[in-house]
Parts: sequence; structure tokens; C-alpha cells
Amino acid sequence: MVNVSLREVSLSYPGTERPAVADVDLEVADSEFLVLVGPSGCGKSTTLRMLAGLEFPTSGSILFDGADVTDVSPTTRDVAMVFQSYALYPHMSVAENMEFSLKNTGVAKDRRRELVAEAAAMLELEDLLGRKPKALSGGQRQRVAMGRAIVRRPQVFLMDEPLSNLDAKLRVQTRAQISALQRKLGVTTVYVTHDQTEAMTMGDRVVVMNEGRIEQAGTPRELYNSPATLFVAAFIGSPTMNLIPATRGADGTAVGAGVSVSLPRDLPESGEDIVLGIRPEDLAVSPGEGTSELELEISLVEELGSDTFVYGTTPEQDPLKLSEKPVVARLSKGGVPRRGERMSVHIDPAQVRVFDARTERLLV
Amino acid sequence: MKAALTPSEVQDPPAQKAARHRRGVREWATFLAFLAPNVLLILAFIYYPLASNIYYSMLDWRLGAASADFVGLKNYLTLFTSPTGLDMWRVTLIFTISTVVISMAIGLLLALVLNRNIPGRTFARTAVFSPYVLSGVGVGMVWNFIFDPQIGLLSHVFAFFGANSPDWYLDKNLALVMVIVVYIWKNLGYCAVVYLAGLQSIPKDLLEAAAIDHAGPVRRFFTISFPLLGPTTFFLIITTILSSMQAFDILRIMTPTGHGTNTIVFELFLQGFGVYQRAGYSAAISVVLFLALFIITTVQMRFVERKVHYA
Repeated sequence: MVNVSLREVSLSYPGTERPAVADVDLEVADSEFLVLVGPSGCGKSTTLRMLAGLEFPTSGSILFDGADVTDVSPTTRDVAMVFQSYALYPHMSVAENMEFSLKNTGVAKDRRRELVAEAAAMLELEDLLGRKPKALSGGQRQRVAMGRAIVRRPQVFLMDEPLSNLDAKLRVQTRAQISALQRKLGVTTVYVTHDQTEAMTMGDRVVVMNEGRIEQAGTPRELYNSPATLFVAAFIGSPTMNLIPATRGADGTAVGAGVSVSLPRDLPESGEDIVLGIRPEDLAVSPGEGTSELELEISLVEELGSDTFVYGTTPEQDPLKLSEKPVVARLSKGGVPRRGERMSVHIDPAQVRVFDARTERLLV
Repeated sequence: MKAALTPSEVQDPPAQKAARHRRGVREWATFLAFLAPNVLLILAFIYYPLASNIYYSMLDWRLGAASADFVGLKNYLTLFTSPTGLDMWRVTLIFTISTVVISMAIGLLLALVLNRNIPGRTFARTAVFSPYVLSGVGVGMVWNFIFDPQIGLLSHVFAFFGANSPDWYLDKNLALVMVIVVYIWKNLGYCAVVYLAGLQSIPKDLLEAAAIDHAGPVRRFFTISFPLLGPTTFFLIITTILSSMQAFDILRIMTPTGHGTNTIVFELFLQGFGVYQRAGYSAAISVVLFLALFIITTVQMRFVERKVHYA
């Protein structure tokens, strides 16, 4: 297995102003499971394709264990990739699909059969080896695509949204299977998804990308607790962090729409305009020491069984304005309010993240 | 939509039956009124000539003659046993196989080139396809000037290398080669365009997956692209065979008397409407041609859909 480095990698397509990937610096440790996450067009798949050798950077370099593979063709770059469409060869059986790469590298027939059988056993594909892809379900195709990748024992696994074509239940199951398989095989893995839940549950580390750049790289916990930018704060978490525009006062408080919160003393210098970030679970129903009160008019209640998400607007917000996002509170215990009712939630200043509204970066 | 029975009909079963019968007759009459004009036209202009042709094929009849002798299957026997008939089959086979195989092979190579991101790709695609839309008569006349042993462009090329131009028109084998070359030139664009469409319908992911699976460009072509072009190849085999077996215009213009170039349709014309005026024999050729094309078309319709790989 190898560690993978991307050094100031950029890729611009001719005729476009903004680069698809811009100055990406990234280290993927040996055996690490790294997830690239971001919205459509953020450059995550392009980065993965550059790692596979399917696209070549316009500048920067890609290294596998220190060896420069930037210009190495995909044919000779020892990586395996699982495509979003699975890309199974339709005219070949499952076994032929799985042994295709081994055949191309001249592995003897007996050894090929052995390796295919081993991978098939791992993925419970033994009964499907003679079938053509069109005779398989979506989940089975996904497993064959995985099998085709693992049978090769590559240096790096690359996965491009391999779960996006599965239904919700199967996706959760397969997510766990892929994570377990990766840990078992210990192959350095780069996984692309637009689903932040997938990213948070699978990755040892998660890299959030936006407009071709890395917004933040860190463990799922780091991204959740300390989002480096407003973009990450708004992208990670479901529902996402409440972001309340506020003004920084001289007395060490921040005053936003319907709320006044004491700011931490060690808050770095910034402009007057700031944004307060509060996770839905940090909005408490009962007041605590030093908490600030926020009054909401409930516009929507989402009952999930274990939790209830309550969406409300502050008196200063216009509920009909789409640009004004409602405040979300996660309630796990106690009585559930009804739509149209008013309720008060309480903010613990210690749980508030403060962002500079101009730079959109985390202050504290 | 069925009309509701009147209350009296509901109560009286024989009246019910009579009403149903009247309705049935009315529906049939409407059906026939709509269908009859088309059926009559099809019968008059397709099936009647077809049946007449089968009848003529059993006659020894000179075109326009007032009388004819019924000879049964003699014309068919001649077609399959006489030296002229056998020569026609030989020429048809050589012409069809060579035009089909060479057009498809070169068409595939051209499609592979045109599928790449080369400068002037749109112009190249248009240029490759354009001969296909030209009139066969015009193409034949232009190529007559090229092949002419005295004044033709090709004769100058031979002269440049210090050689004399062969007489393409007098040598039977060379005449066949000449019409094969021209026919391939005219129809190459069709194969190239159909193959190009086939290549473009192969998902890019598959070729990328194969590249990652250590398959180089040549191996990718033979293990992925070519097998996935199976339905396209099958479609082209059938359509180009049908087209080659019906080739006429270029052959007639370049070799008016069919000197070594008498493929089945050309022979049909020469026998029936040329110097021989053997309408009965010509009709027998057309019946055999009809059966051959019918079988090929049936095979195509039956199998071409089954060969599609994409799930």
C-alpha cells in the first residue's frame, strides 16, 4: 500500500475561466480512508480522475510513495476504480469482469481463478460468477464492481460515488460493508461522494471541496465541531448549522435577529459583521447559566421518532422570504410544540461558533 | 364501443342476437371501407406483379413477344447450372463479399479516426460521408474519366511511374476490380458513419475502466470496443449485403454490357432488357433475388435486436 500526495494540483479545461481544480494540496496516509465531499461541480470527481490518470493536471504533481506519477497513464498506474455507473463490461460474465485486469497483466489462469474465487467469497458473489451484468440487481452490480477492484490488490482504491445508484436502505448496508472491507484490506482509499452523511460515516478523514478548492480537511468530528468556513458549516450536518448574521458590539456581545449572545473573550479581531453558528442540538429548551434566549414562531415540525426537528422564525425574520433560512432546533425530550406556536430556545455561548462575515472564516 | 341494448331487446334473446349481428355487420363494413382502398392498391401494385413475375419466370418468353412457352422450372435450372448463371453467381459473390468486407473494415478504421479529437473533425466527417449521397450515375461517369486508359487521371499516375495503364474495361477481372473500388468509395461513408455512431454509443466509463484495468489502446479495442460494436457490425453486414446485391447504377454506367461485372441485378437487367430480351429468365432471376433479400431481411429483423449488449 502507498501514501498519496497531491502537490499544488490544478486543472483547467480550455475555454473555461475558473479552474476545475485549483491548488489542491493533500496527503493521504498509507491505508487511510479519505473521503472527498462537496456539491456538484466542486472538483471532487476531477481530483479522483487525476489520481486515476484519466485526467492530467495542468500544474502540480501527484506522488505515490514519493514517486511522481503525474504523467503516468492509467494503464500502468496501479490503481483500481469503482465508477458511479459501475462500468461493468456488459459482454463479459461476472467472473470475466473480475479477472479482466489479471488477464491483462498476464496472471496465469489457475491463479486468476483462485483470486476471483477469493474476492467472490469475500463479497458473496460465488453464485453470480456466470451471470452477465444485465442479469444482476443494482446492489449485485455494485458488489461486482467492488470485486473487480479488490481482485487486483492495487496500491490505491478510488471510488466515485459508488453508492449513489442504490436505494436508501441498501446504501446504508453497503456503506458499512465498504468501510469494513477497506479496513480488512488496508488499501489506501480515496472515496468521492456528495452525500455528507456518507462522508462522515465512512471516512477516517474528510475533505470538503468547493469551487475546485479544499475548504477544509479533517476528521469527521473536527469538521462537525469546528467548521473552518461558513461553507463547511452549511454543508456538514443534517440539518446543517444555524447561521445567524449578527453585529459585534463593543461590550463583547453579538446582536443578531432576535438574539443577543456574549462573545468569547479570546475572539480574534474582525469586522463588525459576524455570523453566529449554532448546531440544532445546541439550542436547549430549558435555560442554563449565562444562556441567551431566542424566541421562535414554529413553522415546521419534523418528527423522526428518536428526535424532533423544530423549524421556526424569529420575530425579525420574514417567514415568506426564501433567503431567510429558519432556525432549526433538535429536541430529543419533552413536549413537542405545534406549528404556529411560539417557543423559546436557549443558546449556550460556549457552543456558539463565530465566523467573520466578510472572510467567511471561523473566528472561534 | 358497444351500443347498449334497448329494453325490448334485453327482454327478448332472439332480438338480442339479431341486434348483435347487425352491429357486427356494421363494424365489418366500416372496417372494410377504411381498409379496402389500401389493400386494393397493395394487391394491384405489389402482390399482383409479384405473382405475375413468378408466373413469367416459368415461361420461355421474349420481351414483347405475343406468345410464350410454359417451361416450368427450366429457367431456374439454367440459373443454377448454366455457365452464364454460374458466372453471375461467382461475380455476385465476389462483388458482394469484397464490397461488404472492405467497406466495413475501412469504414471502421475511418470511424476510429473520426471519433478522435482531431482538428477539422467536422469537415472530415462530412467529407467521408459525402460520396454516399452522390448519384451513382454521376459517380460512375466521373470514375470513368479516372480509369480511362488513355486520358484518365490514373493513366497519368501509371505514366509517372513509367508504366502503362492496364485496360480496365477490356480485362474482365480488372473491370470487376474497378467497379468494386468505385462501389466501395461511394459506400464507405455509410459504414464509417454507422460505426462512428456505434463507437459513440459505447459508454466512456467502460473504456476508462478498461484502461485502469491495464488494457492498452489495442487491447481495449479488441476486448471492449469491437465486441460492443457487435450489433452495429451485424446491422452493417445485413444492410451492406442488401445494398451490394442490388448494385446497378455504377455497374451499368462503367461497364454498359456487363463485361465481367454481371452481378445478379445487372444480369437481370441485361437478360430481360438488354440484347437477349429473355423476360422469362430475367423474371426467374428476380424471384431468386427476392427470396435471397427476403431471407436476409428476416434474419436481420429476428436477430439484430437480440445482439444488443446494453442492459
